[in-house]
Amino acid sequence: MNTNNNSYTLLYATVMVVIVALVLALVSGSLKEKQTTNVELDKMKQILSSLNVDTQGQDAKALWSQYITEEQVVNSAAEVIAAPKVKAFDIVLKKELAKPLDARELPLFVANVDGATKYIISLYGAGLWGPIWGYVALNEDMNTVYGTYFSHASETPGLGAEIALKAFQEKFIGKSILNDQREFMSIAIVKPGQTADGQDYVDGISGGTITSKGVEKMLQDCLGQYAAYFKQSTVGGTAQ
Amino acid sequence: MSKLFSDKTKQVFLGPLSKNNPIAVQVLGICSALAVTAKLEPAIVMGLSVTIILGFSNVIISLLRNTIPNRIRIIVQLVVVAALVTVVSEVLKAFAYDVSVQLSVYIGLIITNCILMGRLEAFAMGNRPWESFVDGIGNGLGYAWILVVTAFFRELLGAGSLFGVKIIPQSFYDAGYVNNGLMVMPPMALIIVAVIIWVHRSINKELQEK
Repeated sequence: MNTNNNSYTLLYATVMVVIVALVLALVSGSLKEKQTTNVELDKMKQILSSLNVDTQGQDAKALWSQYITEEQVVNSAAEVIAAPKVKAFDIVLKKELAKPLDARELPLFVANVDGATKYIISLYGAGLWGPIWGYVALNEDMNTVYGTYFSHASETPGLGAEIALKAFQEKFIGKSILNDQREFMSIAIVKPGQTADGQDYVDGISGGTITSKGVEKMLQDCLGQYAAYFKQSTVGGTAQ
Repeated sequence: MSKLFSDKTKQVFLGPLSKNNPIAVQVLGICSALAVTAKLEPAIVMGLSVTIILGFSNVIISLLRNTIPNRIRIIVQLVVVAALVTVVSEVLKAFAYDVSVQLSVYIGLIITNCILMGRLEAFAMGNRPWESFVDGIGNGLGYAWILVVTAFFRELLGAGSLFGVKIIPQSFYDAGYVNNGLMVMPPMALIIVAVIIWVHRSINKELQEK
């Protein structure tokens, strides 16, 4: 058979593409459900990590119902949206960040750790090579950080990727995001040895400056959206 | 067994491990050798994934070799590799989610690995499935061991750890020892690969250019 024939080549390409498409669709379709569950469980684990809960090898669903008491959707004017279009857990922060500030619907998770209320805020930003994201858990005063979680899509291993390590994340514990007048200041990330004026700071990662700056900007941008919400909370008291 | 591992097949398998190594001799697949060798663990998983995908894509192309139209053979090879890589990454996402999160970028990168295209075009297009399979596994392992050696030195000297576990004792740091930050940068991977090539050629004199 002449395999250099035009019609043979065309037929071959067509059949090959159809077969490969079928195989891939079949694989993707049959694994879809399992993958979606994995993604959801993984998100739960990430959120729980910001509460310093060890999720390694644990049942994320059980831990979730144990710690998380409420899932709220708020806007930048600090109003809780009673009937949100999307549930707090399913909000895609990337899409919300693309909208104007007052149109955004922002997720807020309320957790209970040993009787104390914690507020978990979602973060999304850009690192050096790709997106970075994370969660910050605030204490009841909505000011001091209780715990953080950061992750990334493709930062450099050993450099920017260090933001995903506990050693970096634990530096944020106990830092304040508000000043004495309860104005939103965020937390600065500085080169080791330097300081930041008028706000709390942590040391960045040597060799991972752009990723560190990305985390700083992400904290500024994402926490900033809730500034009004933080402000209404009286010092030491609860919101509402 | 004697038929499965004839002298020729043995040569096909052992060649790429040393005298015909894809990285050290043919200098293929250098791009990923730079990207994934800052730590030992991703280097090992990357090496294994490439080995498996290379073995199976070689078999598939070898089975199809007499039907593939010459003018679109590169496209056919690409489609086979891309489909295999996608299946592997989907399966990882469903059954080993944590590993897939760690390796998402690297798994996708396998499609563009020059070694794959090189072996498909140079070997699988002209040899029977079993030899092609052995050739794929041999080249994959030849690639993997260079990655592992490079990652071993980069992680040890760059971060003072292996598999994320601290190896260099704290007393060294107290005495003034400092991790070599250059080691985690991509250029050092090139230099380490170059040193491996140097050592390799000193041992195998016949590889030296006159």
